[in-house]
Amino acid sequence: MLNDFVIRFANVNGTGSASANTMFAKAIFRMGIPVSPKNIFPSNIQGLPTWYEVRVSEKGYLGRREGIDLMLSVNPQSIPKDIANVKPGGYFLYDSTKDLHKDLLRDDIHFLGVPMMQLCMDKFADPRQRQLLKNMVYVGAIAALIDIEVPVLHQIITEQFKGKEKLITANFEALEMGIQYAKEHFQCPFPHLRVERRDNVGDWILMDGNSACGLGAVYAGATVLAWYPITPSTSLADAFGKYAKKLRVDPHTGKNNYAIVQAEDELAAIGMVIGANWNGARSFTATSGPGISLMSEFLGLAYFAEIPTVLVDVQRGGPSTGMPTRTQQSDLIAAAYASHGDTKQVLLFPSTPAECFEHMTTAFDLAEQLQTPVLVMTDLDLGMNDNMSPPLHWDDNKVYQRGKVLDAEALEKIERFGRYLDVDGDGITYRTIPGTHPTKGSFFTRGTSRDEYATYTEEGPAYVRNMDKLARKWETAKTYVPAPEFYQQEKQSNVGMIFFGTTTYAALEAKDLLEEQGIPLDVMRVKAFPFSDAVKTFIDEHERVFVVEQNRDAQFKSLLINELGTDSSDLYSILNYDGFPITADLIRQKIFKNLVGKLPPPFVPEKIGPPGAESSE
Amino acid sequence: MTFVRPVFRHPESPKNKLGYTRKFYEGALSTLCAGCGHDSVSGAIIQACFEMAVEPHRVAKLSGIGCSSKTPTYFLANSHGFNSVHGRMPSVATGAYLANRDLMYIGVSGDGDSASIGMGQFVHAIRRNLNITYIIMNNGCYGLTKGQDSATADKGSVNKTGAANMYNAIDMAGLALELGATFIARSFSGDKEQLIPMIKAAMSHPGFALIDVVSPCVTFNNNVGSTKSYDYTREHMEATAAVDFVPMMTEITTEYNEGDAVTVPLHDGSLIHLSKLAKDWDPRDRQSAVNRLYQAKAQGEILTGLIYIDTESRDLHSILHTTEQPLNLVEQHQLCPGSTVLEQINAGLR
Ligand SMILES: Cc1ncc(C[n+]2csc(CCOP(=O)(O)OP(=O)(O)O)c2C)c(N)n1
Ligand code: SF4
Ligand SMILES: [Mg+2]
Repeated sequence: MLNDFVIRFANVNGTGSASANTMFAKAIFRMGIPVSPKNIFPSNIQGLPTWYEVRVSEKGYLGRREGIDLMLSVNPQSIPKDIANVKPGGYFLYDSTKDLHKDLLRDDIHFLGVPMMQLCMDKFADPRQRQLLKNMVYVGAIAALIDIEVPVLHQIITEQFKGKEKLITANFEALEMGIQYAKEHFQCPFPHLRVERRDNVGDWILMDGNSACGLGAVYAGATVLAWYPITPSTSLADAFGKYAKKLRVDPHTGKNNYAIVQAEDELAAIGMVIGANWNGARSFTATSGPGISLMSEFLGLAYFAEIPTVLVDVQRGGPSTGMPTRTQQSDLIAAAYASHGDTKQVLLFPSTPAECFEHMTTAFDLAEQLQTPVLVMTDLDLGMNDNMSPPLHWDDNKVYQRGKVLDAEALEKIERFGRYLDVDGDGITYRTIPGTHPTKGSFFTRGTSRDEYATYTEEGPAYVRNMDKLARKWETAKTYVPAPEFYQQEKQSNVGMIFFGTTTYAALEAKDLLEEQGIPLDVMRVKAFPFSDAVKTFIDEHERVFVVEQNRDAQFKSLLINELGTDSSDLYSILNYDGFPITADLIRQKIFKNLVGKLPPPFVPEKIGPPGAESSE
Repeated sequence: MTFVRPVFRHPESPKNKLGYTRKFYEGALSTLCAGCGHDSVSGAIIQACFEMAVEPHRVAKLSGIGCSSKTPTYFLANSHGFNSVHGRMPSVATGAYLANRDLMYIGVSGDGDSASIGMGQFVHAIRRNLNITYIIMNNGCYGLTKGQDSATADKGSVNKTGAANMYNAIDMAGLALELGATFIARSFSGDKEQLIPMIKAAMSHPGFALIDVVSPCVTFNNNVGSTKSYDYTREHMEATAAVDFVPMMTEITTEYNEGDAVTVPLHDGSLIHLSKLAKDWDPRDRQSAVNRLYQAKAQGEILTGLIYIDTESRDLHSILHTTEQPLNLVEQHQLCPGSTVLEQINAGLR
């Protein structure tokens, strides 16, 4: 339990709790202990319950874990549910300004009451301030109970309210009230459930994936962003805007080296992206499932007319409007085969903010090298939560890969320019940017069938040549996209596990748990579609392969079978699709049951032991 | 095919300021029906670009889908073209324009393309004052899908099948006026005298320049009873004024009677002379333009010519405060903040 527990904050949406909660997570992080905070929020603006769940894991397991050790409750509306969710032996810390109804009490958990609102009423005059500072009171109480270093919290508060001395003082006071109250009324700290300084986070950072993608796009040289608001991708566009404003304003003229358009819908957003890329600027959009559906027609155009396009799909629960504020990996097939006719799209699967950042440049490089759309498939879990991540990395020697583009000089040397003429045999042909040369290199971009010289044709053979060329390019793409990552030196098991994106956190933990139970697994994280040959080799080398993903229909497994011609009876799906990030325990149980034929002995929920701190009320 | 090109060309066919002949501005042979209004509009674009001595490779021509949207193949062979998807040309043009503010953009669309499936994009491109010459080849029907009524077909207008249209028409010029478009004109494919100067003026306008061109479909909507036929249009056309476009730095030779003429200076120094003005109408006054449009409609006239111009137009780049350098030419060292800055950002996330 030391440095290993889950705490959940039950708040009311729109009451300023987010910033207090973030401070809490950050304090633990700064004490050198790995944390993984998750926002669980409703699809409305004010009033409905929201939760903030923080897993603290000294070992660095960042996936979600079931079982709540400590529940902080300041939302009367969700109290019954919140009490029910506490693990036996766990703690329920609540605002005791109002008594808890006795029917709600459980005798297998500890109730700790702190009159947070009352304390604030007595101390602060302004009603709005009372509301906000109440959040700091509970942070103080928790700090005392689980032994968070107070100077660390002070530091964070000081940074947060830099320049606003009054606010700093008020927050310090509120924090101190919480600390004092807890110390006076409970045994502080808890004997088991507490934190202790470690050195386990190294130079890692806490960042949400959307910010990392937005910043990644700035570094990747994106100059045009066109987007349409949709949860959970909106904050990605916001982040690009925020960073661009800081980093992309020309110091001499004060003018912007970027343009952002909030389009009228996703059709227009992707249309603008295609137009800008066609014209030689790096341009991208960010959206989620419903946007992907709307963008499909244009994605087909970009595929067929061979126009670089970059899109980030921050996936949420589908189908239709689905669960807009819950996470899933369920746009895979819609994205991989977006649009009618024979189309295939390149996908990337980042799993950390550092990779979100890096994949934006990869996406632009690939899009321009392959002259096709590249869809970066993140999800709400990665996009909207602060994820612990290796630091963002940029190599100053890196040069943008702009692909096969002919300039005026190159055009001069060419007898006749053929936009779709496969001179190199790799399925990738040369393109020109409008305005390059007075008499050479112009061509007509179209979504209709064409010959090698971009001239419209309905001739069957010309159409087939073009489609085959696109298939050839797809083969080339397999050698361009990021290779899968393996987590074992060499083959150690006949059983394999495949995963991608945010499933990685839970999957790697499950691998460890199974190993402890004597079941070693070989595991592979896939980073891109099309699948490179290594993916097929891995499947072929293992008798049984588990494919872990977060959707109902095993979409990733379908892609593997469809693209690699794999024998489907070798592949077993492990699925999670309730909208919450998948847990290691679920993976462990399913794999254990499959291999051993029965359920494994229960995981962690070890009881917290004798109550160490009783409520004084 | 509408016109058969003369095989022989005079060796000394006239050249423009850049030394190009008109032929240099032509495109591939048209595959539209003989007599289709759209081909005449292509011809007018060719003529306007030739006379204006536009550098063809500095033009990007974009379109949606339809017979009208095929026409960019038939003009300016040395320009890059983009035949996008049905109704979505405005967004593609917006992106292209954001990427390179230095090219000239010609957008070609149909009434189906712009007034139905692409209405949303049309409306929003106007809102943003995209710098484009936006030509709607308006035939009141869907030519390419064989003649269904379009949203600009007048109520009661009869198409080839003999059926009268049951719905109210959308007036694209009126709509654009309501939306705040900064240049609005209407013309007729059969009136080159008016159409060519309109195109020139539109190309000189820094912002969204709409030309709604009645462009009859000879195959599906040129019959008696159609209000978009050649005959009907000729009979009901009413011009706001006689127009004369004077490119920048050209000596003014024509004389105009004071009182019934105005000269509107354009952003690039060109001038539009309007003479024989309609009464109570000033193209720079939105209210008078609205009145004029309604008046004409009430009288069953098809109002043509320049309808409205905002000489203070600020285009999208100026609204967005974008750098003067085309964004597609901004270099990596200007775009990428580098590793030192990134280290600072990392430090702020710990
Ligand atoms: C998404 C989509 N729906 C339908 C069509 C079929 N379609 C092609 S052109 C057209 C109408 C064209 O009418 P208009 O824009 O007026 O052009 P015209 O042919 O009359 O010049 C339609 C419905 C299409 N290409 N794409
Ligand atoms: S069908 Fe009508 S619009 Fe299409 S080319 Fe023929 S005449 Fe022109
Ligand atoms: Mg039409």
